[in-house]
Amino acid sequence: MLSQFGDDAKLLAGGQSLIPLMKLRFANPKHLVDLNFIPGTSYIKEENGALRFGPMTRHAEIEASSEVAKIPILHDCAAGIADVQVRNRGTIGGSLAEADPSGDWATVLMTLQTNIRCLGPKGDRTVPLADFIKDAYTTALAPDELVSEVMVNARPKNSGGAYLAFKRSAPVYPTASAAVQLTMEGDICKDAAILLGCVGLIPIKAKEAESALRGKQITDKAISSAAESARAAADPQSDMRGSAEYKRTLVGALVKRAIDIAVRRARGEHVEVSHIYA
Amino acid sequence: MPETIESVAIKVSVNGKWRSLDVEPRMLLVEMLREQLDLTGTHVGCDTTYCGACTVLMNGAAVKSCTMFAVQADGAEITTVEGLEKDGQLHPIQKAFGDAYGLQCGYCTPGLMLSAHQLLLHNKRPSDKDIRKAIAGNTCRCTGYQNVLKAIQLAAQNMKGA
Repeated sequence: MLSQFGDDAKLLAGGQSLIPLMKLRFANPKHLVDLNFIPGTSYIKEENGALRFGPMTRHAEIEASSEVAKIPILHDCAAGIADVQVRNRGTIGGSLAEADPSGDWATVLMTLQTNIRCLGPKGDRTVPLADFIKDAYTTALAPDELVSEVMVNARPKNSGGAYLAFKRSAPVYPTASAAVQLTMEGDICKDAAILLGCVGLIPIKAKEAESALRGKQITDKAISSAAESARAAADPQSDMRGSAEYKRTLVGALVKRAIDIAVRRARGEHVEVSHIYA
Repeated sequence: MPETIESVAIKVSVNGKWRSLDVEPRMLLVEMLREQLDLTGTHVGCDTTYCGACTVLMNGAAVKSCTMFAVQADGAEITTVEGLEKDGQLHPIQKAFGDAYGLQCGYCTPGLMLSAHQLLLHNKRPSDKDIRKAIAGNTCRCTGYQNVLKAIQLAAQNMKGA
């Protein structure tokens, strides 16, 4: 159908972004192709620590999954997106394919090794998430392709992560967010992935912040230095959610907290966090 | 300008009764409930997926009926606020909202009660934190959240063993 209708058609997954956008006439598709009645597109499968998500898996299903609970950063994300009603409808595949700069999933999944399976008339191909998200609202999907699976690789041992997003109230997009995934070897941080959300057109990989931790002991000084680098890496816009300077400060604070939680989780400690709102 | 669009036949259970309806593909679920079925207890607040006034249950899960097309409810069981009472008796959640003064103007109340309903289906002894999380998607502008919290706690107590 997508090859038949081309740009006139849009895929309808959970609809929690697309339907409001259509009401505002920001999206005006001639044809909507509803994916909700296709069987077998909602699942969570675990194999040797790797996870595969069906594209139509709802945030609420991910929040409730015992497999996902083993990777706390994924649970942080799923449990905090918008509100109960939106999580009951919204999907992981839809969220990634929309590529909203303020979306949660891409920021979180980029800290893990994630690949997106894209399916079209010519067959399927696998694209690393970092190559899949091209720009704001722009992905590597061809007009006749859809997301058929989200694949998250197994994490190394002694790995822990956390996702913190600050928002003004439950239903809105975050003002800023930080996803941190660390692999520890004793006191030393062997590897670090730090991604910043809502402070750029796509999730920002804070490479210098990662270097500030990699190969080092996680001391207060190292954490402050990573947060400072994250602040510098952020590229926020001033808008109704706050000034650019405010968001920069916020994202630094979120990175600090997320590193602390990631370290504790890497040690096996159970820490419950999710989106922060009043 | 809106074009004339062919209607689609759907079967949907609303408050326990299966109905066959013809709906335009662009019709929202809330419009079907209010305009075709005269179930005006489901309110439209913001119409932008923010306020939760239009919350109904679909197969037991709270959804915003302004952010779904009616055709998407084909084959589903929908519960609206009108479906809460049984045989002229208020549902314990409705009764608790009255007893605990969990409403002022009442506009957000149907949505709040259905969000509370989903919570209490799965969690018989919710903490205040559980309740806050469950109703985070329901905006009350009379700022009556404290009494809403009390009402849902009261409903949970009264529903024990039910």
